[in-house]
Amino acid sequence: MQVINIIESKTVVVPFSDIDTDQIIPARFLTTTTKEGLGKNAFADWRYDALGNPKADFALNQPAAKGCEILVAGRNFGCGSSREHAPWSLLDFGFRAVISSEIADIFRNNSLKNALLPVTVDDTTHLWLLGNPGAKVRIELSSNTVTLPNGKVATFPIEAFARYCLLNGVDELGFLTKQIDQIAQYEQSHA
Amino acid sequence: MTPKTLFEKVWEQHEVVPESVDTPAVLYIDLHLVHEVTSPQAFSTLREHGLKVRRLDRTLATMDHSTPTDPEEIAGRVPIRVASAAAQIKQLEKNCQEFGVELLGLHSKDRGIVHIIGPEQGATQPGKTIVCGDSHTATHGAFGALAFGIGTTEVGHVLATQCLLQRRPKTLAINTSGKLPAGVTAKDLILAIVGKIGVSGGTGHVMEYRGPAIEALSMDGRMTVCNMSIEAGARAGMIAPDATTFEYLNKTPRAPKGNAWDRALVRWNKLHTDVGAKFDREVDIDAASLEPMITYGTHPGMVLPLSGRVPEQPNDPVFQKALDYMGLLPGEALRDKPVQVVFIGSCTNARLSDLELAAQVFRGRKVAPGVRVLVVPGSQQIKREAEALGLAKVFIDAGAEWRESGCSMCIGMNGDTVGKGQYSVSTSNRNFEGRQGQGARTLLASPATAAAAAVRGRITDPREFL
Repeated sequence: MQVINIIESKTVVVPFSDIDTDQIIPARFLTTTTKEGLGKNAFADWRYDALGNPKADFALNQPAAKGCEILVAGRNFGCGSSREHAPWSLLDFGFRAVISSEIADIFRNNSLKNALLPVTVDDTTHLWLLGNPGAKVRIELSSNTVTLPNGKVATFPIEAFARYCLLNGVDELGFLTKQIDQIAQYEQSHA
Repeated sequence: MTPKTLFEKVWEQHEVVPESVDTPAVLYIDLHLVHEVTSPQAFSTLREHGLKVRRLDRTLATMDHSTPTDPEEIAGRVPIRVASAAAQIKQLEKNCQEFGVELLGLHSKDRGIVHIIGPEQGATQPGKTIVCGDSHTATHGAFGALAFGIGTTEVGHVLATQCLLQRRPKTLAINTSGKLPAGVTAKDLILAIVGKIGVSGGTGHVMEYRGPAIEALSMDGRMTVCNMSIEAGARAGMIAPDATTFEYLNKTPRAPKGNAWDRALVRWNKLHTDVGAKFDREVDIDAASLEPMITYGTHPGMVLPLSGRVPEQPNDPVFQKALDYMGLLPGEALRDKPVQVVFIGSCTNARLSDLELAAQVFRGRKVAPGVRVLVVPGSQQIKREAEALGLAKVFIDAGAEWRESGCSMCIGMNGDTVGKGQYSVSTSNRNFEGRQGQGARTLLASPATAAAAAVRGRITDPREFL
C-alpha cells in the first residue's frame, strides 16, 4: 500500500451532486480483467462526444486539469454500484484525493483501499471549493486537515485504522492474514 | 438481557474480533458469492501473494453481468458478441478451476443472476453474513441475513481469510403500516421509500424493513424491497425471517435437512428485533396510501406516483441537468408518455412472481407497434418454470423477446442495450445516465407497470389491466 500524507494540488471541480459510479466509469468498460488503463475512460460519457472527441467544456478536459491531484465533487459522490473500477479510474487519471460534503459508503471503502483519499468537509468549505475551481489546496492526513488558499483550515473525519494504514503503508490483507489463528478458532467454535 | 435489533444479533454472532477505537471488527463471512466482473483482479491478488481460497465450501460463483442472454450465443451457435465479455467469462472459468471454487457456469442448469440463485439454491439463509462484489447483495437481507456489497479488494480479503474488516454501521428502521392496495407492488413500495428518504438517506446505516406491509409480502417481494436498499445509500437491508421465509427455504436444495433443519429453525426463530430494542433512526411509511410509482429522473430518488407530475425546482442546475437528459419538462405528466423499450428482468424483478404479474397484463394482448420488449428471467430455473407454466408463451405470443437468464439490459454489459434518447420502462434498479446504454432514458417501475407500457406503448397505470 502506498503511503499518503500530504497532497497539495490545484483542484478540478465536477459540481454535480449524487454522481454515481456509473458516471465515474460506465459499465461497458468493466469487462476488463485488470486494474490498469481505466483513467482515459473516467467520466467517459460526460467527457467525450458521440465521436469520442473530448468535450472542451468538461472540467477534466480543460488544460488546467492536467496534473491536478484533487477532485472536488458535489454532495453524495460515488453512490450506486460497488465497482472498484471507479477509484481505479480516478487514480489512473491522476487524482489522489476526492473532496465532497458526503461520500457514499462503498466508494469510500474502495477508495481507502487504493490510496485515493476520500475527504468529507463541512458545507461551508465544500461550497467554497465548488465555487473556486483550480484553487490550490493542501490536504494533510496526519492532522486531518484541508487548508484553503485563503488560509482557512477545515478538518475531516476518517476511520482510524484506514488512516493508520495510509500513513504507514500497511496493507489490510496483510493485517487480516495475521489474524488467521483467531479466525480458525472462530471457525472451530462455530462449526 | 438487553433488547437487540435483528442487525445487532447477526453482527455480534460474527465478530471474530470486536471493533476498538483503533481497529474495525474482524467480521466472519458465511457465504461469499462471486461473479465475473468484480472478481478477476481479486484472484490475481491471491496469485501474487501465493494465497488459497480459505473456505471453498462458503464460496459460490456464477456469471451474470457480462454474460449473454441470447440463446444463440449461449448455445455457441454464434460467437459471444462482446469479445471482452467473452474473455471475462473465460477468466472466471479459469480462476474457479485453478482455485477450486464451485462455479454455476454458462451451461449450468442452476446458473442465473447471483442474487437470484443464492436464495433459489438455499445458500442464502437467515442469520448468515453474505457478501458479493456487487451492491445489490442487499437482496439476501430479505431472509434475515446481513448481506452487503463489497469492492474487489475486499473480495480478495474474503477469498483469502473468509473475513472483512468492518466498522459497525448504524441502524435505520423503516416502519410500514397498512396494506399495499391491489395492483401496487413491492417495487412501488421500495421506490416510495427511496423517494422519501433520498438516495443518501440510508448512508452509514443498515435498514430493517418492518410492519404489516412487509410481513404480507412473499419472499420474492421482500427480495425486491431489500435489493434496492443501496439505492437509498444503505449497504444492507434486512427483514426478520418468519413462516414465509421458512416455507420458501424448505423447498431449496441447499437448506439444512432433517434434524439440521429443526435445529436451524430454533436459531432462526430468534432472529427478530426484540421489543424495546433501539434503532439509531426510524422512518414511517403508510403502504395503504401508495400508488404505482415510476421514476422520472437520473437517480432512483427522483420518483413519482404514476398520476403525478414532474416537480418544478427552478434554480437547481443538477435537477435541470437530469430533466434535460430525460427530455422532460417541469410540471409534465408522465402518464401517456410514449416509450420505445420495455425491460422486464434484473435482480430486482426477474423472479417467477414478477413474470407471472407481467404475464397477467400480456395475456391475450400484443406489444404495441414500435416497442421492443425484452423479458429476461432471473435464473435458468425460473426460465424453466416460466416455460412450464406457459408464461414464456404468453410473452412470445405478445411479441416480446424471451431470453436466457442474466443481468442483461439492467447494466447493458452484454450488448443488451437501450438506444440513445429512447425511453425504457424498466423493472431494474437504476435509472442513472447511460445505465442501460449511452443516452438511454430509464424509467424504473414494477413488472405490472412495465408490461402495461409495453401493450399500450405509453406509460399507463397497470391497474387498468389487472
